[in-house]
Amino acid sequence: MSASVIIFYIISAFILGAGILAVTAKKIFRAAIWLLFSLVGIAALYFWMEMEFIAAVQIIVYVGGIVVLIIFSIFLTQKSGEEMPTPLRSRTLFSIIAAIAGFALTFLLISQHAFAPNSNKPFSYTISDIGLQMLSTTEHGYVLPFEVVSILLLAAMVGCIVIAMKIKPQEK
Amino acid sequence: MSEIPLTHILFVSTALFFIGMYGLFTRRNMITMLMAIELILNSVNINFVAFNKYLYPGKMDGVFFTVFIITIAAAEAAVAIAIIINVYRNHKSIDVEDAGELKF
Repeated sequence: MSASVIIFYIISAFILGAGILAVTAKKIFRAAIWLLFSLVGIAALYFWMEMEFIAAVQIIVYVGGIVVLIIFSIFLTQKSGEEMPTPLRSRTLFSIIAAIAGFALTFLLISQHAFAPNSNKPFSYTISDIGLQMLSTTEHGYVLPFEVVSILLLAAMVGCIVIAMKIKPQEK
Repeated sequence: MSEIPLTHILFVSTALFFIGMYGLFTRRNMITMLMAIELILNSVNINFVAFNKYLYPGKMDGVFFTVFIITIAAAEAAVAIAIIINVYRNHKSIDVEDAGELKF
């Protein structure tokens, strides 16, 4: 076993352990922190797969943006020191059964499928390759989704402001 | 790098997906349900990156899909939190059982 293999299993165990704790933690603030660790672990997995660009985007957007947003909304809406009520026993039991059954079925399908690589080229890219292909208007360019996503972000930003805006009582 | 078969990476992403499903089933708090959805979206991103690296090493489509999914997940989280804050203002609670006006 080389160091790369051991690092992969350590990262995987870290992601799954932090993920389980994020959905089972009793205190909501701790659940948010475990989610943060799980997302950092996923960024580490991207680094391990030599996808530095995706790993950087993951850390900037998820860890720096979404988790901070979630923590702020916890502070706005919850007493973060209090424990959340535990779910019903029957609901927990059936959720575990459903999750394990779904996992078993999916993983059975995955393990029986033979994945064959499409080409034997080494995987290598630079950031400028990503930028050129994203903004190219030729056949394999991604300029249309890029523009659509920018419109979506603008609409989401305006929508968030309108939804969360406090309506002042009418002044006379 | 190539010592790890693709199946092991898919094992991690599948397990993460069903951990998120479990959280979505058991939690009754809107923010924790949103956190479970983030876990699910991340497991999908792992799949895209792994398939791109292992099966289509000459192309970069998985990278673009991952970037767009991350962007849309950010927009979704922002809108969801705006809705949660609005629900909290009206109900003083963000438990999904308390928000039942539209229930038939």
